[in-house]
Amino acid sequence: MKVLVPVKRVLDPYVKVRVKQDKSGVDLSNAKMAMNPFCEIAVEQAVRLKEQGVASEVVVVSAGPQQSQETLRTGLAMGADRGVLIPTDVALEPLAIAKLLKAVVDKEDPGLVLMGKQAVDGDNNQTGQMLAALLGWAQGTFISKVELQDGAAQVTREIDGGLETLQVKLPAVLTVDLRLCEPRYASLPNIMKAKKKPIDTHSPEDLGVDVTPRLQVSRVEEPPARQAGIKVESVQELVKKLHEEAKVI
Amino acid sequence: MPSYTAPLRDMRFVYHELIDGDSLQELPAYAEATPDTVDAVLEEAGKLCRDVLQPLNRGGDEEGCTYENGVVRTPAGFKEAYAAFVEGGWPSLAADPDYGGQGLPHLLNTLVEELICSANLSFGTYPGLTHGAYRALHAHASQELKDRYLPKLAEGTWTGTMCLTEPHCGTDLGLVRTKAETNDDGSYAISGTKIYISCGEHDLAENIVHLVLARLPGAPAGTKGISLFVVPKFLPNEDGTPGVRNGVSCGGIEHKMGLNASATCVMNFEGATGWLVGESNKGMRQMFTMMNLARLAVGIQGIGLSEASYQGAVQYAHDRKQGRGLNGPRYPDRKADPIVVHPDVRRMLLTMRAYTEGMRALGAWVAREADIADAHPDADRRQQGDDLVALMTPVVKALFTDLGYDVTNLGVQIHGGSGYVRETGMEQFVRDCRIAQIYEGANGIQGLDLVGRKMPAHTGRSLRRFFHPVANFLAEHQDNKELAPFVQPLSKGFGRLQTVTGWLAQKGLSDPEEAGAAATDYLRLIGLVALGYMWARTAQVALAHTGDDGDGFYAAKLATARFFMQKLLPQTGALVSQIMSGKDALMDVPESAFALSA
Repeated sequence: MKVLVPVKRVLDPYVKVRVKQDKSGVDLSNAKMAMNPFCEIAVEQAVRLKEQGVASEVVVVSAGPQQSQETLRTGLAMGADRGVLIPTDVALEPLAIAKLLKAVVDKEDPGLVLMGKQAVDGDNNQTGQMLAALLGWAQGTFISKVELQDGAAQVTREIDGGLETLQVKLPAVLTVDLRLCEPRYASLPNIMKAKKKPIDTHSPEDLGVDVTPRLQVSRVEEPPARQAGIKVESVQELVKKLHEEAKVI
Repeated sequence: MPSYTAPLRDMRFVYHELIDGDSLQELPAYAEATPDTVDAVLEEAGKLCRDVLQPLNRGGDEEGCTYENGVVRTPAGFKEAYAAFVEGGWPSLAADPDYGGQGLPHLLNTLVEELICSANLSFGTYPGLTHGAYRALHAHASQELKDRYLPKLAEGTWTGTMCLTEPHCGTDLGLVRTKAETNDDGSYAISGTKIYISCGEHDLAENIVHLVLARLPGAPAGTKGISLFVVPKFLPNEDGTPGVRNGVSCGGIEHKMGLNASATCVMNFEGATGWLVGESNKGMRQMFTMMNLARLAVGIQGIGLSEASYQGAVQYAHDRKQGRGLNGPRYPDRKADPIVVHPDVRRMLLTMRAYTEGMRALGAWVAREADIADAHPDADRRQQGDDLVALMTPVVKALFTDLGYDVTNLGVQIHGGSGYVRETGMEQFVRDCRIAQIYEGANGIQGLDLVGRKMPAHTGRSLRRFFHPVANFLAEHQDNKELAPFVQPLSKGFGRLQTVTGWLAQKGLSDPEEAGAAATDYLRLIGLVALGYMWARTAQVALAHTGDDGDGFYAAKLATARFFMQKLLPQTGALVSQIMSGKDALMDVPESAFALSA
């Protein structure tokens, strides 16, 4: 079974986010970029499935600026077999990505799409669900455990009230949560081998998808700086402040 | 414990923009070293250092290595970390593809070594010495020995050591007493005691390969009678697996000022089976293959510790709020200003940064020339590279570790009392750095190597390999107004260096004590000018990027370059006076005047 893993190039979660001076967005010039951490988990799980002999091939796919190729190489260094790059300078929205991925699924015919539950840049948490809907496939979201057998996936989902276990028919789209597994460090020999693994390129036009944004960002601002706290003299004062100033009770 | 982030932005700057490391991929041996590979390797090494090695650094220092009945145990977590390091293939980075290596440039290895040294210097000694042993065998051993040992060392499943020092001989290796007697099967029986053997015994690897200096029967006295032997802890079986235990054992480990998680061992050889490496009585020359590499690597330790200390100091200078800016409050809404507003704290931070980044650049330039010396198709170009590396090896070793000690001390100073307390981790950097000024040739010896061997070598040819690029740079940019604030101070420092070099060449020739009296100051002088050259080149690159500097990286480079030129490079003036006052103030003092008075 072929496993398709979409991966996204995002601002490195270890670096400080800077907003552009004109407030049109986040300043990415010269910023350190990395693979979205949830996508790393999805790649790791896919590679483990291959090592267990459950998956036959792991294909990573990324849509975004040309440099997303580096993100694909990261996935290849972790153990994926080949990559698909969809280069575009358009700021992609979840629906556009889902449509692009659907086109890749149509070409590649995987038995499973394993992807991050969300990306840490937009925090949208939409692409996986939209892709499942467009494909008419089953979906399992926020999974922290997965077992594949007899054409189905048994998945454990992290939900508000605890854990939910579902049986999902394959092919399916599964979106992974933080606790599913811990991504490996790529080994040096695998980093070197990754360079020689093939990456196919398809433009959005090749795939017949219109990626024009439908939303307009009017302004991006940094969150207000945190004010220094104060000590209250009594419980009465606390209640009064919560009621009148914070307006939470 | 300060958090650590691999300084990848600066490393990429140095590699791709400053010293044109990418030109190495034009050499057939380094065709794999494409920019994207270099970045990917640094990225992944940075992650491993941050997440696996650095968290063990403090605990490793507290716990140290333990010795019981000849067995040495490394601190908790080291075994697992070393296994991950080997699993990741990191020991193979700069090793020959014929023996399982990745064949990447020494330059890239140098940067990765710096990351390791920042994260956990003690840990780094195990793979560091292994690579040194690998290089010595690769250069001098017979094909049979190479086939047996090199793949294991490149894998890291076996580690290496260098066994030189004996209780009565350190710097003067001509006094070595360990003896080698001929066995019937062509091997040798090695007997003697070696001390201060880093990583001589430990629990990280399945076998340990000792490179041992010893004397053959009837060998001439002094350094001309020393041979190099390979002596494994376990004798390898025919299939390459470790077999029976050899007659070498650890008699104890030292209790030290720092570097506590690196086992420093007494090694007893009792008729241990060894094999001769290369020709007999040529051991000193062969060991110097390992030694020169080790000296460059020790210099890199100075950078790594400086970087780690700087990161801690910067965080603290922003977090610690005490008092107010001298010209009034900078943050009136807070009870106090962060200490980073103070001129003296800035002096310390900028000194740390200017030295650290300057050393990184200079170390990388020398490493690139080492790659050229190894792999350039043109013999003249190889020779040029070799000359510069020879000249700069004592400078990298001594300057970088002396500055590393100064920088890590400033890191403690910025922290005040909390820097002196163990749990912040700042004082560990000082203690760990202290040994780097001593081992692989004490820094005073490096000065003698520079003025006694390297300076006069081939009638000053090595020296010209450094002087010519500096002179060319200065000539090329003498009318560049933008660059003048960097070119002028460099030109002044370089002029001083040339004057002193001429003076010293003349004086030292007739009176070696004059050369000896000047050696340490002269090493500092040439080192400061070399750092100045790297900072001027940095400024030249940075000035071209003032328009595309979203994160302020190039502006910070220019600011640090300016600080170096105005506040650090002027030390050259004092050094000139010190050197040219000659030896009298030292040598006119009779030995008897050093007696203790009650």
